[in-house]
Amino acid sequence: MARQEKKKDVVIVGLGWTGSIAGIELAQEGLDIVALERGHDQNTVPNFEYPQQIDELKYGVRLKMMQKPSQQTLTVRRDGGETALPYRSLGSFLPGNGVGGAGTHWNGLNWRPQEIELKLRSHVVENWGEEIIPEGMNLGDYPVSYDELEPFFTQFEKVAGISGQAGNLNGEIREGGNPFEGWRSEDYPMPPMPTTYDSAKFRDAAAAMGYHPFHAPAGIASTSYVNPYGMQMGPCNFCGFCERYGCYQYSKSSPQTAILGALKRYPNFEYRTQSEVLRVELAADGQTATGVTYWDDVAQEEVFQPADIVILSSYQLNNVHLMLLSGLGEAYNPLTGEGTLGKNYAYQMNGGVTMFFRDEEFNPFVGHGANGVCIDDFSISQNDFGAEGFIGGSYWRSGTFNGQPIRNMPLPKGTPSWGAGWKQAIGENYGHAMSIGSHGSHMSYANNHLDLDPTYTDRHGRPLMRMTFNWQDNDLKMNQFMKSKMEPLAASMNPDLMQSGFKGEGAMYDVRPYQTTHNTGGHIMGETAREGAVNRYSQSWKAHNVFAMGAGNFVQNTQYNPTGLVGGLAYHTVNAIRTQYLSNPRPLV
Amino acid sequence: MTDLPGYPSRRNFLKASAAGVALSGLAAQAKAQETTPPVPLEEYDRSYLTADEWAFVMAASARLIPSEGDGPGAIEARVPVFIDLQLAGDYGSADDWYMEGPHDPDAEPARGWQTPLSPAEIYRQAIPAFDAWCQETHGAAFAELSEELQDAALTALQNGDVGLASEIRDFFTILLANTKEGYFADPQYGGNHEMQSWVYIGFPGARAAYRAWPERHNEKYPLGPVSISGERA
Ligand SMILES: Cc1cc2nc3c(=O)[nH]c(=O)nc-3n(C[C@H](O)[C@H](O)[C@H](O)COP(=O)(O)OP(=O)(O)OC[C@H]3O[C@@H](n4cnc5c(N)ncnc54)[C@H](O)[C@@H]3O)c2cc1C
Ligand code: SF4
Repeated sequence: MARQEKKKDVVIVGLGWTGSIAGIELAQEGLDIVALERGHDQNTVPNFEYPQQIDELKYGVRLKMMQKPSQQTLTVRRDGGETALPYRSLGSFLPGNGVGGAGTHWNGLNWRPQEIELKLRSHVVENWGEEIIPEGMNLGDYPVSYDELEPFFTQFEKVAGISGQAGNLNGEIREGGNPFEGWRSEDYPMPPMPTTYDSAKFRDAAAAMGYHPFHAPAGIASTSYVNPYGMQMGPCNFCGFCERYGCYQYSKSSPQTAILGALKRYPNFEYRTQSEVLRVELAADGQTATGVTYWDDVAQEEVFQPADIVILSSYQLNNVHLMLLSGLGEAYNPLTGEGTLGKNYAYQMNGGVTMFFRDEEFNPFVGHGANGVCIDDFSISQNDFGAEGFIGGSYWRSGTFNGQPIRNMPLPKGTPSWGAGWKQAIGENYGHAMSIGSHGSHMSYANNHLDLDPTYTDRHGRPLMRMTFNWQDNDLKMNQFMKSKMEPLAASMNPDLMQSGFKGEGAMYDVRPYQTTHNTGGHIMGETAREGAVNRYSQSWKAHNVFAMGAGNFVQNTQYNPTGLVGGLAYHTVNAIRTQYLSNPRPLV
Repeated sequence: MTDLPGYPSRRNFLKASAAGVALSGLAAQAKAQETTPPVPLEEYDRSYLTADEWAFVMAASARLIPSEGDGPGAIEARVPVFIDLQLAGDYGSADDWYMEGPHDPDAEPARGWQTPLSPAEIYRQAIPAFDAWCQETHGAAFAELSEELQDAALTALQNGDVGLASEIRDFFTILLANTKEGYFADPQYGGNHEMQSWVYIGFPGARAAYRAWPERHNEKYPLGPVSISGERA
């Protein structure tokens, strides 16, 4: 018999970026709110303090801030013919755990999508015709437009505290910014970060080739800053322990630095840690949710938490898993295309070039997670899909961010991996290399999807989620196109040596090396209940008092890191709850 | 730099570590400790490894990162101590990993860790199996072989030519990864003795404060490393 807690107006599942946004915005309405977080509590002080945080082995390698697979994981197969096997130790992606979620240990690259990325199907059909869409690609339009989301992108950027320089201010193209970005109603809250040597070299080489370099938009404070909730940030000191670490300086944008301190002051808000939600409970008629059941790890018992509104903000993978387990929609069937839960799982297609300059000093340990200069000259809006034979694009970036030696030791190809030759090579090469990365789009496909695994279960006896995912020709072609454009740029910088790493034709998904924690889709937005699991307000088509936030909403992935869009959509959703739903709870579409 | 509210320890630390004008309490303590040399590796009190396993790890890590040439070798860096402690801890027992069956240890490597064994169990089973191969192929256990034969044996192990069972086939991969971890990790974990590997490559360790540095282009950072405990080198 589950323990039952006192009913709340709102229960929030997961207290990362989107859960914190929902918490503070709905707390302002005076609603009685509880957030349930499966992980531990953590804050800048004492958890991220110097010098304990500056520990590559513990956080960079043993991944002590991340979800533990022993607690929750999924299975993976590359296609329907393979038996899915558990993702037993973390590799390809690193879901967050504990208060702040992945928002505590992300890199902080904060992008908005391009306007056409949200209407990509229409863009393709209008310009090249339906026939260029490869078979099996589920190319779609988002049911929201850039113009509708613009105020919410701005709101998220102000809250998160983003440093950068506008390239398109109300339609006016600004020197030094990204000329290909979507229009913005206001400049960035803070000026851009200083430029490291590798970024400057890349900037100069790109400009010499006629490209348009600009500073990476960074969730990293370049100055002192106070956000709209009164939260303070102080300037980053390029400590270099950023991605995979909590910031000891109040400089990285995170739920802790931007929201949680202010949120905890609301008497109508409470949060419980070590409380892992197991399922959303539906009313007998299946039309609404009555609350959630969670596992109280301290009391070691199940608890029912009744609530009028359920916010799923547990990260894309966990949201989809919970929705599948709770029957919040019908599971997607890749053979018929019917069903929506688990549909359009997508990822990111990346590559890069590393250059060695024997006599130059890059001090790779001086950096931050979102450091660098970028170009968008090969972005989605700039590529001729008809001529190139793929749909997609990427942004390029060069900037030191993680010069810690266990994981960051680029060596010339052919260097022995051990022995005297290896030891000599690390002495000769550490600090004398730089790289340029291509961060590319990933489309959605009928085959790449999520459902429940028939074999493996978690510690609560629930089926694990199963991921069916492999690289597809379209995105691999895009990647090879980037290689063909990036290598000449790298060569123009006259390195002593350069080497490329771009997946190409026939590449199979490998779960071992870290790629990105940009898992998208699975509870996508749709114009209708047939197309998506949620509507344009991230509201479940199945139960109107359930809102599912995060990158699970993405119809297909964009070419950018997801959080700018995730944050914008979260503000768009809470705005709809505040202005339309509370006064009259109902399906908003 | 300005200190942030509630954050007093930082300024003290930086004062102490910047250019080495004065030693902070922490650093002074660490310096003092250095006068007591660490236990010699031969007398080290092992936490997980048996005597034979220790002999193997000593010999193998000494070939993976040899002492000759510039920079410390695995022995000078006390990598075997690191490996012993890691295997005794939650890494060794795969505490954080999903270890439920069924297992498919024959799965393609790209499918990730699929053996039912933890890293510590792999060391335990693979060392005798590899030693038996060395005995059969080269006439002695690994630790007894000449350096040339040890290198040849490790190359065979790396290339999958030793015929290890699927459950332990990743032994070389973790042995090499753990050796490099022990070489570069903070000294608190038992390896990277006196931060010699950081000194060698020019990594400042836990300094983690470079406000003045992003725009000093193509200029070598001059300060040596500090460790989490405040040691300096
Ligand atoms: C190493 C790394 C680098 C990244 N870099 C970038 C970047 O540079 N730019 C970018 O845009 N994005 C980046 N990301 C992604 C970014 O962190 C996410 O997009 C963002 O945090 C998503 O917000 P969210 O609220 O959906 O999930 P999260 O912030 O992860 O929060 C989810 C929370 O839910 C909790 N939870 C999960 N399941 C349950 C459950 N069943 N019950 C209760 N609680 C639960 C989790 O513990 C977690 O605290 C990065 C991610 C990682 C891991
Ligand atoms: S690099 Fe800057 S923002 Fe990142 S953790 Fe260090 S001080 Fe914080």
